[in-house]
Formats: sequence, structure tokens, C-alpha cells
Amino acid sequence: MATLERSATVDVNVSEEVLDNGLRVLIQEMHTAPLASVWCWYRVGSKDEPTGQTGVSHWVEHMNFKGTTNIPRDKVKGIIEQFGGYWNGYTWIDQTTYTETAIRDALDRMLFIEAERMANCLYNPADCESERTVIISELQGGENDPDTLLDQELTAIAFKAHPYRHPTIGWLSDLQAMTREDLYAYYRRFYVPNNATLVIVGDVDTKEAMRGVARHFGGIAPGEVVRRPHTREPEQLGERRVTLSREATTAYLKLGYHAPAVGDPDFFPMLVLDAVLTGAKGINLWASFRTPPPQRSARLYRALVDTGLASSVMGGLVPTAEPFLYTISCTATAGTPLAKLEEAALADLDAVRRHGITAAERDKAVHQLRARLVFENDSVTNIAHQLGYFETIASWRLLPTLQERIESVTLDEVAATAAARLTALNRTVGRFEPLAAGAGAGAPVGQGAGAGPISIGHGGTETQS
Amino acid sequence: MTTATHRGIAPVRALLDNGAVVIAKRSQTTPAVTIHASFAAGTAFDPPELPGLAHFVSRTIDRGTPTRRADAIAEEFDRRGVSLAATVNRHALSLVCTCLVDDLQAILALLADIVMHPAFPPDEVGRRRGEIVTLIRQDEDNPAVMASEGLLTDLYGSTHGYGRRPRGSVASVEAIDRAALERFHAERFAPGSFSLVMVGDVEPNAAIAAAAAALSPWRAAAPPPLRLDAVIPRPGRRLRVIPMMNKAQADIAYGFTSIRRSDPAYYAYWLMNNILGQYSLGGRLGDSIRERQGMAYYVFSALDANVIPGPLTIRAGVSPANVDRAVLSIDEELARLAADGPTDAEMAESKQYLVGSMPRNLETNIGIASFLQTVEFFGLGLDYDLRVPELLQAVSRDEVHEAARRTLVPAHATVVVAGPYAGQPA
Repeated sequence: MATLERSATVDVNVSEEVLDNGLRVLIQEMHTAPLASVWCWYRVGSKDEPTGQTGVSHWVEHMNFKGTTNIPRDKVKGIIEQFGGYWNGYTWIDQTTYTETAIRDALDRMLFIEAERMANCLYNPADCESERTVIISELQGGENDPDTLLDQELTAIAFKAHPYRHPTIGWLSDLQAMTREDLYAYYRRFYVPNNATLVIVGDVDTKEAMRGVARHFGGIAPGEVVRRPHTREPEQLGERRVTLSREATTAYLKLGYHAPAVGDPDFFPMLVLDAVLTGAKGINLWASFRTPPPQRSARLYRALVDTGLASSVMGGLVPTAEPFLYTISCTATAGTPLAKLEEAALADLDAVRRHGITAAERDKAVHQLRARLVFENDSVTNIAHQLGYFETIASWRLLPTLQERIESVTLDEVAATAAARLTALNRTVGRFEPLAAGAGAGAPVGQGAGAGPISIGHGGTETQS
Repeated sequence: MTTATHRGIAPVRALLDNGAVVIAKRSQTTPAVTIHASFAAGTAFDPPELPGLAHFVSRTIDRGTPTRRADAIAEEFDRRGVSLAATVNRHALSLVCTCLVDDLQAILALLADIVMHPAFPPDEVGRRRGEIVTLIRQDEDNPAVMASEGLLTDLYGSTHGYGRRPRGSVASVEAIDRAALERFHAERFAPGSFSLVMVGDVEPNAAIAAAAAALSPWRAAAPPPLRLDAVIPRPGRRLRVIPMMNKAQADIAYGFTSIRRSDPAYYAYWLMNNILGQYSLGGRLGDSIRERQGMAYYVFSALDANVIPGPLTIRAGVSPANVDRAVLSIDEELARLAADGPTDAEMAESKQYLVGSMPRNLETNIGIASFLQTVEFFGLGLDYDLRVPELLQAVSRDEVHEAARRTLVPAHATVVVAGPYAGQPA
């Protein structure tokens, strides 16, 4: 087995400073490539949205690419591309974030863009209208995918009170009804320096970069961020179920369990448990989905895929600020009844709930997770993402401790977590039953699209093949 | 990696005694190595009567050897945190993974056993067949896949190596047995059709020596070359609708056959494609269809200049009510670029972007490994990364204009629409 002394110790050589206006700045020098990555994070996500304005965080994100006082609308295109750069943004339940990665010489340009985005976006009424239909198109594209629809429905019933229940893209009627004034008010309320973290990683000089930050952001006034209170999700009193029956070709099963937040004591035991069940995904939301987990010896893969009941199984546990869901998503093989797949999945989960895992399983899962920490720290973009992500949901100071926290997970902790979490009372079961062609006429199209993070658009990078 | 801009990637390339090519590049960002193994065994090599065979091989090749059962292979990868991704495109079947440096030798030995001695155990073949049938059924419920694959079928014909569905059909997959998998492997997997790239924190000559040790026993005759039917662009506009009334959004795939990768006009086409449907949020197409008209979340173009003239494809996902308007807008943007050519500003912007983005694209081990496989496949030379800037800078506005004039002719476009759309675009 490989040694990992060098590996998963995240470089703690991070400079942290808070400007007078409250902007938190994190800088990490990394001189392996002539690049710099800038991420600007805001503590606002779909959980902050009021009734009637679901989807506003994401729509605001889109509007923040549409020109500012000092970046005219027709100068947006190319502003970072001329440095060979890439820019994007995404919105999810706890956060909205924007990123640029380009050659190091573009650092000043990147800081300028983010400062403008924080203070001076235009919200031209015509742009707001045009973006309304782009976002509805994004929603409808998501609805084309049965698994995305099922995810959205399952999340909506797994939570009956907490705002994690609604999809980040929003409900259709809200997207149809919101006004430019709604968007702009939301922007002004949350886009203030004291609600943001700016992260710079790359081939930069810390002092020089900090001076650049002060120059671009120092004059932006702080604001009072008034958050509406979040209802704590009441304890679940019984198993919940939802079945979608629509015209389609394939059946899907999804199990959702209320999961610990990143700060809860059983988050890391749950992470190890997931690795045992479905293979280690790592904990970088930005990078980990690009590499499939090592899962062929994982419990649920063996129980469901190697038995021919499912063509795929995937576990999902993401660090979040408040307790979200642990989901297990399965695609039934053609001809397999969902009841049979569900029975097999629940039997395996019940065995883990009753008996825990073995020492060999725990050791393998821990090693997989440590290896993923190495693999995911392979670019300035990924490293900068992790600093900002963790600072937004908890603290970036968690990052250097991840390996230790994972290694310290004991068999008893995993067993206790499985016993507490994998119960019927804590479970929501979602089924997607395909109907034959013609049988689904009249079924309504959904009203949102999935529970995952969503971004401004495709990368648009030319590759040669 | 600062070397990327000054001295280039400068990988080390070795031709082993048995004909296999091994390329290594040191990168010290993480204590890990990415392994990218590629065979000339893509879907274009499928026998016409068994479409989906190469894909089936990709799903079963790592499921057992005479000395290792499938679960033992799974355990060897999993306990090291390694996941092996097997993928196919038209020309190549690739096995890609990342491992810790200390695991490199063990993973190379495992990979060598897998590629040299796959056993295709009958029970594994049966289970993977079930998975593939499910994947095909999922594809049939996916408007994006139906439109894209439908376009290629209409451009090249359903029996052509570029026009066949890569995963085959349920019927063809049902007909693929263990003997067919073994035959494909025997015919196509040989050192002479194999290239291995390793990028990571290992000294290149040591990596090559490790690969040579793992691969040296391998002897097999060079596979016969691929024969592909000539591409004869058919004049006239063709339109096809694949109704999927259970869906919320329609997918448009609109395209042409383009050029070979070896065509001297390639760099003009590369720039043309960037200007048309890539630069920033989808080039001119994005400006029109997404930014000005708000019709689509995604619209872009993609150029696949290949061994033969590959497709130039334009893709968009739009509300069914906007299909006609979106197709018309694509027509207009293409006709405008063909008529007027790009502006000088567009030429400068796209050149600057494509050259400037190279350090970013070549930052990670996987990025470098993929780039080096492309370089090897098309024979571009180990200094290709250094030559790209001058190759792009040398392209004139007139050459891009000529590329647009030759290819972007709406009257000769092939268009496929899949989704809840009952009409017929003009």
C-alpha cells in the first residue's frame, strides 16, 4: 500500500486577512503552473430564498455576468478569454460562487471583475427578461432527465420545513413571476463584502495580491445582511415515499436519508460509511464528479450491480452547512422490477445498520478517501475551490484537518452512524416507474429540476480530438 | 509546469521492442500518476453486423484474466483508491486511471494483464450485457443523445463507422457473445496498436522502464488497418424530427461533414469553430440564441476533424415553441459568417484565447495525458505544444472566411430535432 506522508496534508500556507469592510481574503501561493485562480464566494444560496422567490439566487448569479458600471454589456465577452482564461459560476443550497482561472498576468483583471460583480452589476430590465427564458430552458433541460426529476421530488418530500427542500433552479411559477426589482433587491442585500470570501491560489506573490485586493475591494461599503430564520427540520416520524410514473424507458430508485452537516460529529463516519457502500467520491464538489469512485468492491455495487439488478449505483454525501441528505441512486437494469431492487438495497443497508462494517472495509475506505484528497488537489482551480467552499459552509481551517479526521474514524463510530441514520424512520424512498410509450399522455411536466448545484453555462473550451 | 510556456511539455517517448509506444512526462503537483492507455480499437472497428462490439469490450475487458477473477481485480484497484475508466470513441478504446506514485508498478502490472489476457468470463459478459442494454434504453429516452446520434447517422449513413450508434442496438448487443469479444480482442489489441502515456511525479525513464517490464512479454501481430468508406457530402438540406413527446425540452443537432485532421486548413477550421460557437459563452451562436434572444441555456458548435472528414456539429436545447426560431437563427449566423467572414477583432480574440488557454489546459496530469495521446494519435510531434501558437497565428482572416464559405452552407445542412416537437423546421 502506498505511503501518503506528502500527500493529503493540505498546504496550510494560506494567508488570511479580513479587510475593514469585512471581506475575508485567502491567498495560497502555488508555483507549479503560470496560472492564477480567483474565486469569490457569497454566503447566499437557495436556502435563503423566501416563498415566491425560489430560484432567485441562481437567477441573480446569471445576471451578474451581464455587465457592470465599469464593464459595459458589450465588453463582457472576452474580458477574461483574452487572457486564455475560463470563468464560470455556480449556485447551490448554501452558496453562490464565481471563478476565473487564467494566466497569472490576468490577476488584476480577475480582481477587477469580482469587485465590479460585488458592487456594480447593472440588472438591465431587458437582460433580466431574456435571462428568464434562458433559466426556464435550463430547468426544462433538467426535466428531460428522469433521475434529475426524481431527485427533485425526493428532496422536496424529505424536507417538510427546511428550505433545502426546494430546487436551486426554483419552481417554475416563481421564475415566471419574479421581477427585475426582486432580483436587484436580493443582489443588493447579499452581495456585500462582509458576506463574501475571496480566494486566490496560484503563481502569485501574496503581498502583491493582497495589495491588489485592497485596491479593488477596499472602497466597497459593507452592508447589513438580514437573513430570514430557517425552520429546523423536525425529526422525521415515518418513512416517506414518492413514485413518479411517466413515459420513459428506464426505472430508477433513489433512497434519501437525513445526513449530518459538515460540523456534526458523525459527518466523517458517514463519509467512511458511504465509501464502504458505494466507493469514495472525495469531498470536492467541483472536481470529484469528474472521476468515478473506486466502487467495484463496495457493498452496494456487489449487492446490486454484480447481481444484475442495477446497472449503476451511486452514493451522494456532500459537506453542507446544515443537515442535508445522503442519497443512494440506482438505475434498474431493463426488466428488473423496482420492488426487487429496493428489497435488495434495503436488505444490504439493514445489514450494515445492524452489524456495522468490518475493519478491512474501514481501512480500505479510509485509504480511498486519502487518495482522493491527493488526486483532487491537482490544480489551482480545485485547491481554490476547496478553500472557499469550506469557508462558506464552515471554515477553511477544516481543510488541513480532513485527512486526520478521516483517519480517526473508528469502526464503532461508523456502526453507530449506520445504526442511527440508515433507519426506515429517517428514510425517503423515491421511485421512477417508466410507462410505455403513449401511456403517459397528460402527465404534467415537473416544476423544477433537480437538487444539484447549477452553473452559468458550459465551459466553451475548444479541445482537439 | 512553468516549462509549458518556455520549453514546452517535452515528454520522453519510447518505442518498445514489441512495437508499443510509451510516453512519459514528469509533473510534480501531486504525488500521483495518471495513466492513459489507448488502443486503435474504437467503434469504427465494429464489424457491420455487430455494432456495439468495441463498446462491449470496453465494459468487459477488466472483468477477469486467467489468473485474476473480476472481484480480485476490483479489489486491487479499489484498495488503492483507483478507478479505471474505460471509454471508446470512433478510433480508440482507452483505459485511464490515476494512482499514487508508489502504486505505479502494481497498477501497470495489473493493466498489462488486463489488456493482454482478458478472459471475458461468461457470467461477467451476461451481467455487462444487461447494463449495456439498460444504457441503450436510457439513450433512447434522452433527446440530446437521440439528436446527436441521429445527426451522425444522417451525415454518414447507419452502416458507416462514423454513423453507427456507438453502443449498438439492443438486438446487436444481444447477439454479441464471448467469442465475438475474444475475436475483437485478438484482432485489435496488439503492441502495434497501443500507446501508453504516463504523467505524474515519476522520473520519465523510470516510468518507461516500469511500463516496458510490464509489457515486454506481449507479442502479437500488428492489426490490419481500418477501412472506412469515403465520405461523400450529400447536397441539399435534410431535416428529421424524432418525436419524444414525454420530454420538456427539444434538442437540436445541426451539422455538416468537415475536414480531416491532417488537412492544412485545420487551423483555419479550428478558429472558425471557435468564433462560430465556442468563444466565451458559445461564440456568435451564443450571442444570438442565448444572450440576445434568451432561447437556450446551451448552444455551441464542436469540430471533430478526424482521420476522415469528421462532423462539425451545432447543438442547442430549446423550448419546443422555439425550435423553428432557433434553427432559423443558426441558419442566419452560419450564412453571415460564410458571407462576410470573421472580423479582424474576432480573429485576434480567438487566437489570443486558444494560445492563452494552453497553460490552463495543460495544468493537470489528466490534461497533459489526454493532449499527448492526441499528439500521438495524429502524429503531431512531441513539440506540438510549442508549435500551436505559430500555427494559429499564421492563419489569415481569408482562410477562415474560406473555411466558413466551404462548409457553413445552410442549404446543405443536416438537421435533427429530438423532443416534444411536432412541427417541421424549414
